[in-house]
Amino acid sequence: MSSRSDQSRRNRRTATTAFVVAAGMVGMSFAFVPLYTLICQVTGLGGTPQVADRNDAAVSTQEITVRFDANVDRSLPWDFAPNEPSVKINLGAEYLTSYQSTNLSDKPVTGISTFNVTPLKAAQYFTKIECFCFTEQTLEPGQSVDMPVTFYIDPAILEDELANDVQTITLSYTFYRTLDDIPDEEPEIISEADQVLTTAQLGGI
Amino acid sequence: MSTTATHAHDDHHDHAPTGISRWLNSTNHKDIGTMYLVFSVVAALAGGGLSFLIRLELGEPGIQVFDVVGEMMGSEAKQFYNVTVTAHALLMVFFVVMPALIGGFGNWFVPMMIGAPDMAFPRMNNISFWLMPPALVLLILSAFMGQGAGTGWTLYPPLSGLAGQPDMSVDFAILSLHLAGASSILGATNFITTILNMRAPGMTMHKAPLFVWATLITAVLLLLAMPVLAGALTMLLTDRNFGTAFFDPRGGGDPLLWQHLFWFFGHPEVYIMILPAFGIVSHIVSTFSRKPVFGYLGMAYAMASIGVVGFIVWAHHMYTVGMGVNYRAYFVAVTMAIAVPTGIKIFSWIATMWGGSISFKTPMMWAIGFIFLFTVGGVTGVVLANAGMDIAMHDTYYVVAHFHYVLSLGAIFAIFAGFYYWFDKMTGKVYPEWAGQIHFWTTFVGVNVLFFPQHFLGLAGMPRRYIDYPDIFAEWNLVSTWGAYVTMVSTVFFLVVTLYVMIAGRKSVANPWGDGATTLEWTVASPAPFHTFEDTPDFTSSNPAAHPAE
Repeated sequence: MSSRSDQSRRNRRTATTAFVVAAGMVGMSFAFVPLYTLICQVTGLGGTPQVADRNDAAVSTQEITVRFDANVDRSLPWDFAPNEPSVKINLGAEYLTSYQSTNLSDKPVTGISTFNVTPLKAAQYFTKIECFCFTEQTLEPGQSVDMPVTFYIDPAILEDELANDVQTITLSYTFYRTLDDIPDEEPEIISEADQVLTTAQLGGI
Repeated sequence: MSTTATHAHDDHHDHAPTGISRWLNSTNHKDIGTMYLVFSVVAALAGGGLSFLIRLELGEPGIQVFDVVGEMMGSEAKQFYNVTVTAHALLMVFFVVMPALIGGFGNWFVPMMIGAPDMAFPRMNNISFWLMPPALVLLILSAFMGQGAGTGWTLYPPLSGLAGQPDMSVDFAILSLHLAGASSILGATNFITTILNMRAPGMTMHKAPLFVWATLITAVLLLLAMPVLAGALTMLLTDRNFGTAFFDPRGGGDPLLWQHLFWFFGHPEVYIMILPAFGIVSHIVSTFSRKPVFGYLGMAYAMASIGVVGFIVWAHHMYTVGMGVNYRAYFVAVTMAIAVPTGIKIFSWIATMWGGSISFKTPMMWAIGFIFLFTVGGVTGVVLANAGMDIAMHDTYYVVAHFHYVLSLGAIFAIFAGFYYWFDKMTGKVYPEWAGQIHFWTTFVGVNVLFFPQHFLGLAGMPRRYIDYPDIFAEWNLVSTWGAYVTMVSTVFFLVVTLYVMIAGRKSVANPWGDGATTLEWTVASPAPFHTFEDTPDFTSSNPAAHPAE
């Protein structure tokens, strides 16, 4: 009999370990949410630019073109566009540009933007010092503002043999209406044609 | 009714309980295995029926089936097509392949192969099974609620979010997968405990049969992958219902986060579906070649390394999201590396047959069919592993053909192989050889006619998950649909013959396959008695009869 209770004790121990592992993996899946953001910020994954307080880089004679791109989600009744389409700057030089946003609706609206740079491999050298995209932006009815971005391109890009071929970097923003600001009504239903298209575009394996 | 003097006081245990309580309250691994297999067949009829609808629709250009079906279901044709594709995939993955291979054959034969009287936790085994029918009901409801869940089995947001699917349908699908996932985690725990702790004395892991190895590795993958799906599904559920924004950029989330979490589960999931198949095929090839499996340890560790590497390749499903070239290079390299252990398995099966005294009985036909078709699917997999190729092939019918070759023609062939191999043991009846051969050949022709042309359609650029296509794709689609007709006829034939044999078949013997069948399940009567191995067999070196490994 003792071997039988021995056996069931061992079984309980193994099963407990298994359950702890399973619970741990659920925890890992949630821990991955902040970790994912962190990984993107540190490595520039998905074209996530770097953020710095100030620019310590030496200015290089090498020039690079930066293009500015703007997109607006349909939920946001704003006009949003860069004030200049592109600029040629020296590597290491700090540059201030701006985007103009106009609230086209008759109510105050809060937006938030996502951002990235392409080519993706240039992201770890694209450093923002100041950006409107760090916080939510609220515009009064009809209000129009210039939203500043300060950035520089790290000259270290020249030493990266996989990235030093980059001549042009595109900085892109997409503005969304913040989730908290969306009025309490039935959520928008995207049109039927779009649904089919989205299924195909987003489908995987 | 094998009782020894010392166990005489136990012999009331040899009487199986009767009536509904035998099944509802079952703690017997064989009964639970049987229930899993029956459940899998029921789900397969539903999932297969849906795929037949899809092929009917795609038989010619235009919309001719789903306008009627959609109207009957109170949904719009294109949406209901997507619902059908989604339900087909989820049924096949979670309610057909997994219950059959793991719950069905795993429950039936893992305890017997290691000489254990039952699973480690028989009552937990019961709840593992009984979570599945409610999960199936929820999944079916998800198709009928509102517009139905037309998201694809991958459930990508924003399509699976409120913006894409505003009614309750997706919530039902999520809860269904939660239940199925809980069932899998409990089952995995049970298998791990059983295999690690309850092997007969002397049966070290390095002597355990390969199906036991396969089930152990599958269970570990389940334990690591399923909770991640559960976490991701919970996030999706709260995004949809409780105002969180894990996957919604409007609240600071990221839809790509879903793809990472989903495929961290999803890629191991495809190995969860195929590893038990590897185990079954190893036994069958060995049995019908009358030789031990070639490179036993290599076979075991090839499965283990497939399992490990399976966790670090997930983003090869996501090449088109805009990944940096270095990351793509990494995922290409590790994905292709999986071809090495897989190749070890394929070549070891061939080497097992080499010089063997092969008899091409029905199970062997299915096993060889598996090896051939899985190799075809593996080759297209290596093609798709290339990020550059995948940019062009992503979401085309080439991908559909690829994963149906490894799953529909791989995993399903292995399920049939196992079914015919163990039919005598499970039912005590002899399956007529001619019927098995007809079933094999008609299915083999049917599924190849069905899926091979889809490679051409994919290469020509036909995208997946659409109800309609330009006329240029009409011919190969028609051929593909003919294949579906053949497969359908073959399946009906199989069902009729199987029902007949189970009622009126000849009685079988303990070991119908002869010397090649060396594992422990062949040492007990057919059908296997309600209780087996209450006296643990002895495999310690003092017992010369012990040769458990093939």
